[in-house]
Amino acid sequence: MNKTDALIIGAGPTGLFTAHQLKLIGLDCEIVDNLDKIGGQCIELYPDKPIYDIPAVPECTGEELTNNLISQLKPFDIKFHLSERVEEVKKENTNWLVKTSNGNTFLTPNVIIAGGVGSFEPRKFVPKGCEQFENKSLFYSVKDKSIFNGKTVSIFGGGDSALDWAIELSKNCKINLIHRRDEFRAAQATVDKMQELVKSGKINLFTKYQMANAHGDQTLESIDIKHDNNEIKNLKSDYVLGFFGLIMQLGPIADWGLNLNKKTIEVDTEKFETNQKGIYAVGDICNYPGKLKLILSGFHEGALAARACFKLARPSEKYRFEFTTTSSNLLKRLGKKE
Amino acid sequence: MFYILALFFFTPILLTMAKITYITHDNTKYTIEVKNGLTVMEGAVQNNIPGIDADCGGGMACATCHVYVKEDWFNKIPKEQDGEDDMLDMAFEPKKNSRLSCQIIVSDEIDGLEVKIPPKQS
Repeated sequence: MNKTDALIIGAGPTGLFTAHQLKLIGLDCEIVDNLDKIGGQCIELYPDKPIYDIPAVPECTGEELTNNLISQLKPFDIKFHLSERVEEVKKENTNWLVKTSNGNTFLTPNVIIAGGVGSFEPRKFVPKGCEQFENKSLFYSVKDKSIFNGKTVSIFGGGDSALDWAIELSKNCKINLIHRRDEFRAAQATVDKMQELVKSGKINLFTKYQMANAHGDQTLESIDIKHDNNEIKNLKSDYVLGFFGLIMQLGPIADWGLNLNKKTIEVDTEKFETNQKGIYAVGDICNYPGKLKLILSGFHEGALAARACFKLARPSEKYRFEFTTTSSNLLKRLGKKE
Repeated sequence: MFYILALFFFTPILLTMAKITYITHDNTKYTIEVKNGLTVMEGAVQNNIPGIDADCGGGMACATCHVYVKEDWFNKIPKEQDGEDDMLDMAFEPKKNSRLSCQIIVSDEIDGLEVKIPPKQS
């Protein structure tokens, strides 16, 4: 059982800056995120895309923003729990008992949900026949590429993941690459490399096709793909890989007794507290009159939620407002003063 | 007096609406007057039409306001931004006539537009 002053759900920009604010005012915190890396949507959806509306940062990419936030946390010791999803949040006296998908438990007076639009899950194939092969012959990510050696692999998608894997696996496998249109959104160099391999016969390319069905008894034998003009082709396949990007699911958050408005959580604008005492929501996932889904709004919301946490984590102390420019307390915490 | 007259004169222009028909997966038709300048996504969300999630709030950063635009209309409404097709790759069952409804801006030109909402968004 981990005891902490505050548990943050979500390691995106808002979660990271909220951690900074908590540590700065002298509270402990730990962060849980379903992704295997820090950065949330910034790193998963737009690592290379420039952002122009972070105050005092004229231009930075999602990855740069994440790296800067991580380096801002350097003075502090913060425990990250990645590839872990929070499953359950239950009241236990004045604390919340939090359980994750990896069986970790936390006891904390404060839970801050900085979950964006929920947790990322892979977008799956639609045809019903596909589900029975999931995690056997059909995957949405590659864990051990050696299982594909010498086999026929059908890869779906037009982004970097689909093309990178098509190129990589074409060394040792027979590859079918299937995409719903002629244009690819992967990096140009990757598209060029793929086209070369198509020319040399290493990759069979099928564009304007989508998955129609999967056949096989226990193991996958073949798939049907359907052209825009409804023509159907059958492709022998030992394995199928689908790379349609990630979708965001609210997931278990919906079951914690919070006031929800569509996929967002209602909060007040003083503490960013939900209808449950000690549970806060900040960043894209929170909702209040006038809410803007901007990163800068998340920073503000996190700073205020952190101050609210102080009251529940240190009930006998009084929070005193201080500036990092002048407070020796804060400078000590930042490692700038002995 | 002039101002009052001016108000009467201009108000109808400012509030010009276009009729947009949303057809849900179960074939229920909703015909709504949507203010010019809003997006087809906003028209749906503000009128509680089921089936359009718009998780990202209209920023073309997700694919949960996906609609099918009737063929004759599809060619009349150009895609304004390059990234829309990339985003549509990640939509639920994208087709040739798929659009993100947050990228269709309501104007007199699209008065009478019909869009079909897919069975789900995510």
